[in-house]
Amino acid sequence: MSATTIALGLALGAVGGVLSGMFGVGGGILFVPTLVALGLGQVEAAATSLLAVVPTATAGIWRQTRYGNLRVKPALVLGVASIAGVEAGVTIATSLPEHVLRRLFGVVMLLVAAQLGHRAFRERARYSETR
Amino acid sequence: MLSSQPVRLVGIGLLAGLLSALLGVGGGIAIVPLLILLCAFEPREAAATSLGAVAITALAGVALYAVHGDVRVGYAALIGLPAVGGALAGTALQQRVSGAALTLGFAGLLTGVGIWMLAG
Repeated sequence: MSATTIALGLALGAVGGVLSGMFGVGGGILFVPTLVALGLGQVEAAATSLLAVVPTATAGIWRQTRYGNLRVKPALVLGVASIAGVEAGVTIATSLPEHVLRRLFGVVMLLVAAQLGHRAFRERARYSETR
Repeated sequence: MLSSQPVRLVGIGLLAGLLSALLGVGGGIAIVPLLILLCAFEPREAAATSLGAVAITALAGVALYAVHGDVRVGYAALIGLPAVGGALAGTALQQRVSGAALTLGFAGLLTGVGIWMLAG
């Protein structure tokens, strides 16, 4: 690993960690492109990213448990169900072209983002009314 | 039947796993908004609970990939160790913002990823 590789890895790793702790995502969304940029293949990057996600999520879980925000049973149900979802996903991925899937999920994400934005503004309005 | 919370949780989990297998993004990006919109979780609870689920999925994934020899431990440490520090800072920061601001921030993140998917 060159000095540039190490500096890039450390910096993007830290930013991915902040995103993870702040928003409850694993950080893979930043880790995978970072690892690909560092020269790993797509599959290696995905696999290595998952290993990096484990300590990152664990640190977040530890803090969030102390803040009282973690709901353990729903987390277990979600985690186990998503392992089954991965199985189904692999089957679908081999039968549909990737660009179709990306477009589809891209549109769905924008719709969900709009829904969240709407909810946030409504909550903010309600909060300022009650004050 | 769809009004039952456990059924919704199983559905969200399946969808999250599907998304991570199809697109290589983690399940958290699906879990957090769906917990807020469908299960009436507070934004902070949704983020924390999502992390619990993501840790389980990632562990299972690592075990599978490790069998095939695809995991590069040195690179994982290079990224994962600073990410632990980042996650501690991120969770601390999260306690200081309002739920509405957090929801809005997540909507921004989701918009970015959505555009990236449509462009890619």
